[in-house]
Amino acid sequence: MDAIILQILNGLDKGSAYALIALGLTLIFGTLGVVNFAHGVLFALGAFCAVAIQGLFSTSFETIDETRTDFLGNPLKVQTPYVEAWFGETMGGVLLDWSVPIAILLAVPVMALVGLAMERGLIKHFYKRPHADQILVTFGLAIVLQQIIKYFFGANPIAVPAPDVFQGSFDFGVMLGFDPFTIMYPYWRIVYFGFALAVIAAIFAFLQFTTFGMVVRAGMADRETVGLLGINIGRRFTIMFAIAAIVAGLAGVMYTPIVAPNYDMGMNFLVLSFVVVVVGGMGSLPGAVLAGFLLGIIESFASMSAVIELIPGINQVIIYLVAIVVLLVRPRGLLGRKGVMED
Amino acid sequence: MLGLNRKDLILFLIVVGLVVFAPFILNPFPEDSGLARFNAGYPDLMQRFVIFGIFAIGFNILFGLTGYLSFGHAAFLGIGSYAGVWMMKLLTVNIVPAIIASIVVAGVFSLVIGFICLRRSGIYFSILTLAFAQMAFALAYSVLTPITAGESGLQLSLNDPRILEAGGGSSIPAANFFGLTMRDGFEWALGGWVFTFNFGYYFCALLMLVAFYVSIRIFRSPFGMMLRAVKSNQQRMNYTGLNPKPYTLAAFVISGMYAGLAGGLMVAVDPLAGADRMFWTASGEVVLMTILGGAGTLIGPVLGAGMIKYFENIFSRLNERDLNALYDFLPDGLQGVAVSVSQMFVGDGWLLTLGLMFMLVVIFLPGGLVEGGQRVSRLFRRRKKTKTDDPEHHPQPSPHVGE
Amino acid sequence: MSNRFTRRGVIKTGAVAGGALALPTIFTSQARAFTNEPTGDTVTLGFNVPQSGAYADEGADQLRAYELAVEHLNGTGADNGMLETFKYADGSPTALTGNGILGKRVEYVTGDTQTNTDAARASARSMIEKDGATLITGGSSSGPAVAVQALCQEAGVIFMAGLTHANDTTGKDKRANGFRHFFNSYMSGAALAPVLEAAYGNDRKAYYLTADYNWGYTTEQAITEATEAMGWETVNKVLTPVGQGDFSSYITPVLQSGADTLVLVHYGGDMVNSLTNAVQFGLREAQANGKDFQIIVPLFSRLMARGAGENIKGIFGSTNWHWSLPDEGSQAFTRSFGTKYGFPPSQAAHTVYCQTLLYADAVERAGSFNPCAVVEALETGDGLPGIDSPSNTGFVFDGLGNGPTLYRAGDHQCFKDVLVVKGKEEPESEFDLLEIVEVTPTEQVWYEPDHPQFAGGQLGECNPGA
Repeated sequence: MDAIILQILNGLDKGSAYALIALGLTLIFGTLGVVNFAHGVLFALGAFCAVAIQGLFSTSFETIDETRTDFLGNPLKVQTPYVEAWFGETMGGVLLDWSVPIAILLAVPVMALVGLAMERGLIKHFYKRPHADQILVTFGLAIVLQQIIKYFFGANPIAVPAPDVFQGSFDFGVMLGFDPFTIMYPYWRIVYFGFALAVIAAIFAFLQFTTFGMVVRAGMADRETVGLLGINIGRRFTIMFAIAAIVAGLAGVMYTPIVAPNYDMGMNFLVLSFVVVVVGGMGSLPGAVLAGFLLGIIESFASMSAVIELIPGINQVIIYLVAIVVLLVRPRGLLGRKGVMED
Repeated sequence: MLGLNRKDLILFLIVVGLVVFAPFILNPFPEDSGLARFNAGYPDLMQRFVIFGIFAIGFNILFGLTGYLSFGHAAFLGIGSYAGVWMMKLLTVNIVPAIIASIVVAGVFSLVIGFICLRRSGIYFSILTLAFAQMAFALAYSVLTPITAGESGLQLSLNDPRILEAGGGSSIPAANFFGLTMRDGFEWALGGWVFTFNFGYYFCALLMLVAFYVSIRIFRSPFGMMLRAVKSNQQRMNYTGLNPKPYTLAAFVISGMYAGLAGGLMVAVDPLAGADRMFWTASGEVVLMTILGGAGTLIGPVLGAGMIKYFENIFSRLNERDLNALYDFLPDGLQGVAVSVSQMFVGDGWLLTLGLMFMLVVIFLPGGLVEGGQRVSRLFRRRKKTKTDDPEHHPQPSPHVGE
Repeated sequence: MSNRFTRRGVIKTGAVAGGALALPTIFTSQARAFTNEPTGDTVTLGFNVPQSGAYADEGADQLRAYELAVEHLNGTGADNGMLETFKYADGSPTALTGNGILGKRVEYVTGDTQTNTDAARASARSMIEKDGATLITGGSSSGPAVAVQALCQEAGVIFMAGLTHANDTTGKDKRANGFRHFFNSYMSGAALAPVLEAAYGNDRKAYYLTADYNWGYTTEQAITEATEAMGWETVNKVLTPVGQGDFSSYITPVLQSGADTLVLVHYGGDMVNSLTNAVQFGLREAQANGKDFQIIVPLFSRLMARGAGENIKGIFGSTNWHWSLPDEGSQAFTRSFGTKYGFPPSQAAHTVYCQTLLYADAVERAGSFNPCAVVEALETGDGLPGIDSPSNTGFVFDGLGNGPTLYRAGDHQCFKDVLVVKGKEEPESEFDLLEIVEVTPTEQVWYEPDHPQFAGGQLGECNPGA
C-alpha cells in the first residue's frame, strides 16, 4: 500500500512537468493553430535561467592566497563571489541558496520576451502555412536555441540545488496513519506539485473569469467571427503565446533541483509532451492536464520492479503503449474535439 | 521512352547523369587545396547520399502524395537493417538474400503497423507512428539485446554459421554481390584530383535509380492520382464511392519497403545495424529531408537527403586548422576573426548551421530546394512568372483549427 | 605511367600529370602493403570523439588532449609532457624524440561520433577513406567503440578505443586491430570489493539500479559477482531506461526492499540524476538493517561529478586516472595540460593522450605504420613482473600514470593499477572533487582472457587491409 501511495506521488510529480509543458503546447496550438516543436527548448531555457542566476550569484573576483597552491603548484587564486563581498557572507550565501526561487523573477520577463520575439518574428508568418512547415521551422529554431545554450553552458548537467529549507523529506505516512518513515516525500517535490497546480489553476481562472480570457476562448472556438466583431484577436493570441512560453519557462526553473539541467533536456521532453497533448486531445486544455498527470502516474507504476518482472521492458515503452491504446479506443484522445488536426 | 513523358524522362536522365558522375561532381576541389575538406566524393558519403535518397523517395510516396505525416519511418529502416545483418550472419555475406529479407520484413512490419495507424489521420496518425517507432527503438536498445545486440549494434562475427558458405578462415568475409566486394573500387588520379569509384556506391546507386524510376511511375499512375485524391479531399473521395484506406495502406507499405531497402543497403555496404538509426530523431530526419527538398516533388527528397547528409558529414569534421587553411588568403587579423566566427558553425557547431538552414529554407523557400531551383531557372529564362500547372509544388494550406 | 599509387601518395608526390588507373584500391589494394600507407612527409591520425550529445564535454576534453599529444610528438609544444616520463619495462627511454612519428610530421583530422554507432562509423569511414588516417581513436561510450573497432578491423587500420568501460570491448567483441587503454567493468568490481568490505563490512544487502544497455549489464554483473563473493547479498536489480531524467519512481521502492546499499550502475547524466534523486529522497540519512544506508557509483567521471554537486561527497566509485596522482608521469601531464588550458585534464583526456603516445611509440619500434607490425609491437613483451599466468605477455611500459602497465597480447586489454576514489568532503577547488582512497595493484584486478565475463569472442588476426 505504502509503495503504491509513493508511486502515485511520484506520478503526480512527473505529471506536473508533463502537464505544464502540454498545457503551454495546447495554448499555442489552440489559439494560433501552430505546432510548436520549440516548446521543449522553452522549458530548457527556463531551467537555464536558474543556472544563469546561480552563475551570476557565484560570479567571483580573484584574490591570490600565497599560503596555498593550486593543482599546478602556483599560488591559489581564491574566488570570492561578489554577492558575498557586497552583502556580507551570510546574505550572499542566502542569495545563492535561493537561486531557484529568485530565478523565477528573471524567468518571467525573459520568457515573455522570448515568446513575443518568437511569435512576432517567426511564428506569425506561419499561420497559414502547412503544419509540416511549422514543424520544420520550429524544429530548426529548437536546434539553434539548444546550440546557443550549449555554447554558453557546455554539455554536462549542472547542479542547481533547492534552498536549504526545502532539503529533506516530509512524512506523509504519519498523516495517513502509517508508521513513521514509511512514506517520506522530499519537500521540493511537494513544492513543485503545488506550484504546478497553482499555475494550472491560474491559467484556467484567467481564461474563465477575465474578459481577456473570454475573448481568447471565443477566438479559439471561432476566430473569424471574433475578428468580424472588430476585436483584434491576433494581439491577444500573441500574448497567449508569451504566456505559454512563461508557463514552460517556470516549469523549467522549478524543475532544476529535481533533474540537473543539461542543454538537450528540451528535446527529451518534446516528444513526451506531444504524446501527452495528443492523448489528452489536441486543443483541449483540460485534456492536456489530465493526460499529463495520468501518464505520469502510469509511468511510475510501470517502473515498479514487480511490474517489470512480469513484462520485461514495459517501463521503456509504457507511455507509447498507452498512447496507442487511447488513440485506438478514443479517436481524438481523451477530451479532443472532432475535426482538429485530422487532415 | 521507358513509359515516361518527355519532362519526366529528362528529369530521370539528369538524375542518372548526376548519380553516374557523382565521383567527379562531388570532388570539385584538388586534393592539396584548402578547399579539399569540402569534397564529398568518398565512398561512405556517396553511399549515404543514395541510400538516404531511397529512404526519402519512399517517404515522399506516402507524405508527398497522401499527406499522411509518418513520424516513425526510421523503424522500418532499422528493422530492414536487422533483417539484413541476420541474413548475412545465418546464410551468406552475399548481399542478395540480405536485401530481399530487409525489404520483405520491413514490408510485413509496415503492413501491420500501417493497418493500425491508418485508422486515424492527421496528427493522431503521426503520434501513432511515432509511438510504434519509439517502442521499436526502446526495445531494440534494451530488452531485445539478444537479437539486436543493443547499444553496440548487431554485427558479423567469426562464429556466425553462414550455412550457404564454406566455413573457416581467420577473418570475417566481406559483404559482396556474387564476388564483387562492396568496399572495393578503383581510383583515378587526374592532375591534382583523385576520383574514387566504389562498387558499393554504384550498386546502391543502381537500386536508387530503380527506386526513383518506380516512384516516377507511381506519381504518374492512376494509383498516384488516387493518393493525391486522399490528400486533397478524402470526403469527396468517399462520396464517389471510393474507399481511400487500401490506397493509403498500399502507399504506407510501399514507403515502408523503400525504407527497408535503404536499411538493407546500409548493412550491405557497412555490415552493422545499430538501434540508434530507429530513434525518433532519425524518423524526424527523413521528414526534414523531404520537406527541405520539396515534399511532393520527384527530385526534392533526394536533394534534401543529400544536403542534410553533407552538413552532417562535412561540416561536423571541420576544425580550427581547416578554417585557418581556408582563410589563409586573408590578412592575419581578419583571418583570426573569420576563423573564430566560423568556428561557431562548424565542428561541434554543425547542428547550429543545420538548424539555421532549416529555418532559412522554410522561411524563404516554402516549396523547399526544388522551389529554389525553379526560381533560379525562371530568373535565367527571364520569363514572366506564369502560373504553373503543377500543383504539387505548392503545398495546400491546411485548414486552421478554428475553421 | 605507373599505376602503383596510393591515394595519399598521388597527392603528396604530385608526380602524376595525366591519368592513372589503379585497381582495386581503398581497403584492399594489392598495390600497397596496407591501408593508407603514408608516403609523404606527414602521417594523419583520426580523432573521433563525441562533439554533440550528452558526452560532448568529454569529447571536447579528449580533443584538447589529442592536440597536446600531437604537439608533443611533433616537438612543437611548450614542453614535452609525458614524452619525458614514458619508459620501457627496463627503464630505458622510448624512441619518441619529438620529431613526429618515423620522422613524419603528425597531422590530424577530427569528427563527431554523436555517441551513436552509425554516426561514429560514418565519421571513422570518412577519416579512413577520405583523409587517409592510419589510426582511429577516441570516443566516450562502449557502443560506438565496439562498432568502430569492428570497422577498423575490416578496413585495416589501428583502433585505440577512448573511454569505454564495458567488458565487451575486449571481451566478446574484441578485434585484433583494436586496443583499449581504459579499464573495464570487471576491474571496477575487483578493485571496489575489498574497499567496500573494509568500509561497510561483509553482510550488506545491495539493490541495483542499472542502465538498460550493454555497459549496464556487464558492470552490474561484475559488481554483483565481486560483492557476492565477499558475502554481500543482492536484493534486487532493476533496469532503468537511458536518459530517464527523473528517477524517483525507481528510488522510492529501494528503502522498502530491505536493502541497505544502493548501487547506481549509471554513467553521465543518468548518474547525476539518479544520485541527486537518491540523496533528495533521504537515502543517505536513512537507516536500514541497523546500518547507515550507503550509495555506490561503480564508474566515476570527474567531469560528470560536477553535475551532482554536493551529493557526490563520501561516495565510493572507481576511476581510470585522476590528475592528483603523485607519480611523475601524471604530474607531467597535468602540468602540461593545465598550463595550456587552465584546468586539469579528465580521465578521458589522459586515456587518449596515452594512446596517441603508445601508438606513436609502437610504430617507431615496428619501424612501419603497417597495422600488423604495430599490433606485433604492442603484443610483444615479457609481461608484468609478479603475475604468474601464461597469458601475462605483451608490451610493458611505465611512466604514463598508473604504474607499470601491460597491453595484454591475448585480448588487447590494458592492465594497470585501478583507482578507487571517493567524493571529496572538503574540495579545495572546483576540480578537486575526487579523493583517491586506494590504488589497487594490477594483480588484484587480473583475470584470464577466457574469464566467463569476457567469453564468446575471438581476437582473429590483424588485418592490414591489403
